[in-house]
Amino acid sequence: MAADHHHTAGYTAYGLIGAPTMRTSDGTPALQVQNLWKVFGPRAERLIGTADLQLSRKELQAKSGHVIGVRDVSFDVSPGEVFVVMGLSGSGKSTLVRLITRLIEPTSGTVVLNGEDITKMNDDSLREIRRKNVSMVFQHFGLLPHRKVIDNVAFGLEVRGEDKGARRNRAQEVVDLVGLQGYENNYPDQLSGGMQQRVGLARALAADPDILMFDEPFSALDPLIRRDMQNEVIRLHEEVGKTMVFITHDLQEALKLGDRILIMRDGAIVQIGRPDEVVGAPADDYVRDFVSEVPKSHVLTLSWVMRPPSGPDEGAGGPTLKDSQIVRDAARTVLEHHGPCRVVDGSGSVVGVVDEQDIMRVVVAEDESPAAANQAAS
Amino acid sequence: MSPVTVQAPPPRPGAIKEEQPYIDPQKKRHTGKRLLGILVFWLVLWVALRGKQTLAVPNADTTSFQDWLTQLKVTFSNMAQTNWFFHGVLGTIADAFNWMVGGLQAHISSTAPGQYLGWFGVLAVAMWIAYAVAGRRSTILVGVVLLLLGLFGTWQTGMDTLIITIVSVLISMIVGVPVGIAMARSRRTSAIVTPILDVMQTMPSFAYLSPVALFFGIGPATSVVLTLIYALPPLVRITEHGLRAVSPNTIEAGRSLGVTRSQLLRQIELPMAKRTIVVGINQSMMAALSMATIAALVNGPGLGQPVVSALQILNVGQASVAGLGIVAIAIMLDRTTTAASERTEKSSSGRVGSVGYPGLSSKVIIERLPRWAHEGAGRGSVGHRLTPAGRRLLLGVLLVPVVIAAVYSTRYLQLAQFPDLSGTPLLKELSGTPLAGHINDFTDALVNAIQGLTNAFKNTITYALLNPLQSLLSNLPWWVMAVVLLATAYVLGGWRPTITTAVCEAVILAVGLWNDTMTTLTMTLVATLLVMIIAVALGVGMGRSRRVDTLIRPFLDTFQTIPAFVYLVPALALFGSSRFTAIVAALMYAVPIATKLVADGIRGVAPTTVEAMRSTGCTRWQMISKVQLPMARESLVLSTNQGLLYVLSMVVIGGMVGGGSLGYLIYQGFSQDNLFGKGLCAGIAITALGIMLDRIARHAAERYGR
Amino acid sequence: MARGSIRLLPVCAAATLALGLSACGGGNINSGGGSASGGAASKCGNFRIAVNPWTGYVADAYVVGYVAKTKLGCNVSYQNVKEQVGWQGMASGSIDTILENWGHADLVKQYITGQKSVQDAGMTGNEGIIGWYIPPWMATKYPDITDWKNLNKYANLFKTSESGSQGQLLDGDPSYVTNDQALVTNLKLNFKVVVGGSEASLIESFRNAEKNKTPLLAYFYEPQWFFSEVKLAKVNLPAYTAGCDADAKKIACDYPPYHLNKLISTKFANGGSSAVGLVKGFTWTNEDQNLVAEYIAKDNMQPEAAAKKWVDANPDKVAAWLK
Ligand SMILES: Nc1ncnc2c1ncn2[C@@H]1O[C@H](COP(=O)(O)OP(=O)(O)O)[C@@H](O)[C@H]1O
Ligand SMILES: [Mg+2]
Repeated sequence: MAADHHHTAGYTAYGLIGAPTMRTSDGTPALQVQNLWKVFGPRAERLIGTADLQLSRKELQAKSGHVIGVRDVSFDVSPGEVFVVMGLSGSGKSTLVRLITRLIEPTSGTVVLNGEDITKMNDDSLREIRRKNVSMVFQHFGLLPHRKVIDNVAFGLEVRGEDKGARRNRAQEVVDLVGLQGYENNYPDQLSGGMQQRVGLARALAADPDILMFDEPFSALDPLIRRDMQNEVIRLHEEVGKTMVFITHDLQEALKLGDRILIMRDGAIVQIGRPDEVVGAPADDYVRDFVSEVPKSHVLTLSWVMRPPSGPDEGAGGPTLKDSQIVRDAARTVLEHHGPCRVVDGSGSVVGVVDEQDIMRVVVAEDESPAAANQAAS
Repeated sequence: MSPVTVQAPPPRPGAIKEEQPYIDPQKKRHTGKRLLGILVFWLVLWVALRGKQTLAVPNADTTSFQDWLTQLKVTFSNMAQTNWFFHGVLGTIADAFNWMVGGLQAHISSTAPGQYLGWFGVLAVAMWIAYAVAGRRSTILVGVVLLLLGLFGTWQTGMDTLIITIVSVLISMIVGVPVGIAMARSRRTSAIVTPILDVMQTMPSFAYLSPVALFFGIGPATSVVLTLIYALPPLVRITEHGLRAVSPNTIEAGRSLGVTRSQLLRQIELPMAKRTIVVGINQSMMAALSMATIAALVNGPGLGQPVVSALQILNVGQASVAGLGIVAIAIMLDRTTTAASERTEKSSSGRVGSVGYPGLSSKVIIERLPRWAHEGAGRGSVGHRLTPAGRRLLLGVLLVPVVIAAVYSTRYLQLAQFPDLSGTPLLKELSGTPLAGHINDFTDALVNAIQGLTNAFKNTITYALLNPLQSLLSNLPWWVMAVVLLATAYVLGGWRPTITTAVCEAVILAVGLWNDTMTTLTMTLVATLLVMIIAVALGVGMGRSRRVDTLIRPFLDTFQTIPAFVYLVPALALFGSSRFTAIVAALMYAVPIATKLVADGIRGVAPTTVEAMRSTGCTRWQMISKVQLPMARESLVLSTNQGLLYVLSMVVIGGMVGGGSLGYLIYQGFSQDNLFGKGLCAGIAITALGIMLDRIARHAAERYGR
Repeated sequence: MARGSIRLLPVCAAATLALGLSACGGGNINSGGGSASGGAASKCGNFRIAVNPWTGYVADAYVVGYVAKTKLGCNVSYQNVKEQVGWQGMASGSIDTILENWGHADLVKQYITGQKSVQDAGMTGNEGIIGWYIPPWMATKYPDITDWKNLNKYANLFKTSESGSQGQLLDGDPSYVTNDQALVTNLKLNFKVVVGGSEASLIESFRNAEKNKTPLLAYFYEPQWFFSEVKLAKVNLPAYTAGCDADAKKIACDYPPYHLNKLISTKFANGGSSAVGLVKGFTWTNEDQNLVAEYIAKDNMQPEAAAKKWVDANPDKVAAWLK
């Protein structure tokens, strides 16, 4: 894709572009978004294709009162992938995720889910999609205060007309899965925020959807609880292996959960890439600022720090390391070896070498100012 | 599409935490200067053109449109017995209402012995219902109130009032909740229905009393219809509001699960709006009760009857006793429905706050209840630790004594008709007639004590405020005033209220009552000013001190619910027949609501702010004037708007004590058939005036209130 | 808490029960209740009397009602309505009679001559007087004030906050036709008509004027129970002559005397009730009416009790109505 290509063009500084790793690869993406636009305001569809849309968000708003929510966004999500959308508050993340199931009507563009074009569907088929294929978890939970936990979890099943026994059983399963057993008969407001979000999670899982979408699900929670919940999502992803679209404004969270990360700004894509790509090769200063505080050694893989071997024998005899290994994990081995180590790719062929200095450059950079770090990196 | 297309410079680290939304550049409005300009224009033209083209008309003169309306009523009245619509449709509705009320009366309030439920049975059943829906405290309250009604000697009329109220509110619910739902779902429906509700709430009922009696006959049906007209709007508005206020997060979550429209309504919106709707029912009940006296003028059964007949013989005491009966019923229904609503709320998430600003809404603002009611209800609901099954069992067990009481009450005369307690030593003084005597003595003493002062006060206000303002508003060419109002509307609120104002002015001119309307406007403005002065003084005190609140609130509650007819006579004694007396009557009614809203606003100022300000060492006066009042500005605006509408709703009553102008014309139209058209026109003019003032105030508040 | 509520409820119930029983002699309803209604009920049936909102009328209504109930065995009910609603009610069949009618030419035209749904049922014997009145203390202090020609001389006395520089003439209950504006203009009086708004406001004004010895000139009417409390003095306007009030704008004479009459709905008149005769036969004097009105308004008697008192004291008159 053209857009993708431009954004990724920035990080060839390291001379390496890894192909995105995907869990399964039978070819068809689970979700395909193409040239998606959302412009808020009366008769916004008329603006599509006009020069007005080249204006910045503020300029357009001052001119016609229209607000650009999402600007020409395209991406694919593979089955089983955890796809994170990240950006500052107001950058259009929530709008984007809602466009996918048309909780907000797109102004133009297409969304293809399991090969079906969502944007052309009538209300009934759309409702079927929402009932069976896509579930969502919300920042503010969106629970029904007049229903018990178990009934909240079963709500989606109730809505699609399943009988009481079946939905109770299924709800109980999911309740157990998310660790809510014992709270089935409480009302949501008797639970803590973290527990409430578990209810939201269970409700989304109950329908056994193909895709789970999360809109900043943990932003309202305390840091400690947030970490628990992130681990919970990782665990669930391992257990049920669902495709996930995860919205967050927290880079740490994005790096922790995401197979790939989409960074948004002013409604548009700034960069799409794996966590190490985003940290290692920020597309522009905006992203660079974002990632400047991240301990790089925790994210970058050896492929980002290795250099081409000076000769065919360099590093021979020393330990062999994988190029996908995180710097921090490899550091001890390299530092103890006191010499260059070979780095091999998935097929076992040597792609480069690392030595103490390469490692130190990354670790030391973390303690310096972002600008210095940039220099050190380039 | 390289990263360079993103035009804004990248944020500096740490400087900006989120993408800044676009902010409208502040226009300078020059409101003060513009208003000053209007004032100058006004004064200059007043000096130059005083007394010309004022459109003043004598009370008995009518325009051809007014005569046409009168004639229309005659035509209708000739058709009333034969026409398929009037006789067939309305007649059938009337029969249905009469049947409902008649049936309940026969069971509950009838004095015919031997057939139906006696007072003791009614008491037992009512207390049982209160226990079932609301809890222990409500049960006791219901018992006390019903016994009090009996003690006052107003058992039968009290029950009649209760019956009319309940029937009207039931019909309101059947009609109002669906309408409210429709309005919440469609902006268009809302835009169409809202003005109708506005008219229902602002049109004085005196203006249409006799046609309603014509079509629905002289009987309970007419009372029900009159009450319905008044009780329906608050329920509809609050239902709409409640549904609209359902958290969008929850609705979105529902939609993401693929709910249908009806599932959304039944399983998400209605359950979540339930508590607000109960509040709507509560408001509907209060509105219904306020029609009790007016319905009595067309033979409506209930406590209004003794009030009206007491007014004929100027017996303040007798009117007060019946009026207190109404207050007691109001308190009983209010607390019981509140407790019931608190109980229906399984979770405590999110109190129903003020309904905000749902339009011309004299009765829509959900005021907070007195403290003890809340505490009581709260404690009650904590107390219900019984399991549902346990509760059901207890209710079932309690049903046994209730049934026994009911059966006995049909067997024994003393349990059927409330006993005359005037022979019982302790209770004697409290029973109707002696109590009325005490109240009469008290009023006489009070009037004698302060009569000298009041006259001077009246003259000061009249000469210093009322007369100059009236001359300024009504004693000049009509078009000057029309322009002044339009310009004010524009400066304060922009185009939208200006258009409304133009339409309302056109209506007032068309019905031929410009001058009278301006006189009424004068009194309304003066009354509102006085209302706000008193409300701020009392409200600040109440907002700052719980003790003051507890002390004053019962009086506010009483004056808000007691029929105005009760205090007209003392007001007349103190101030004579005059415009000022009309203003006093309006004050009595409007001050309570305005005060409560001000007090709410003051109390709503964040304690942290107050604490922070106290730490700067400001004095009490600085605290009030620089912190609490400015921060409560929104409440002040709301309170002014409500005060204004409440004042307007007393215009007709004012017309009965010397207020003249529109109020008198409406009362006159009700009293003399050949002036019916003019009275109706005056009603229309008041409605137009009310809508105009409300819209200007509302848009101004939107602009400046925050 | 739950236990508390269970404990409290019976206490409450018991208290109520005790109150109920203490008032209770234990008498059975079927033996104790039921007032004596004669066997003649069938001949009279339902009899629905309009009750217009002034005390004199209340006296009429309850006296006739009491006689109908006790002597004819009617099932009497009272309908509290204003005049024109009462007329409407007679036309629609929900009211049977109005016992004191003050003219109302427009309604007469609509219902009696037009629809013919209402009939005249003869005079009540009462004479209605409308005019201008002053409190007695003024009549004593300024003996010549009762002549209209001297009113301008005293105009200053009557100034109020409502009338500005002129004297105030307080107008009254909007139920009645008033010619006061025309009178003031045509008699060139330096007075301003100020609307009081209701009967209550007139009465209270007079009461205060007499008590505090303040001046007052107001529109008022007889018969009226208030005269038994304060004997108001009437101001003599130029005497009424037939036709002097033909042109409303040019009126310069006193109000005509009203001969008050009774009305009966055509349906009821043709229905054969024995109460029809009573309505037609009923007649009494202003003094009679004032006496009953006084029982009600001054002595705070229930209207029914007041009616009984008068009926018991005047068996001859009552007997004459029933002939
Ligand atoms: N319904 C709406 N009407 C107008 N503007 C909207 C609407 N919803 C969102 N926006 C605007 O679109 C932009 C993106 O919002 P959102 O998607 O909520 O951002 P995020 O979730 O990243 O914080 C914001 O500037 C917001 O003000
Ligand atoms: Mg968001």
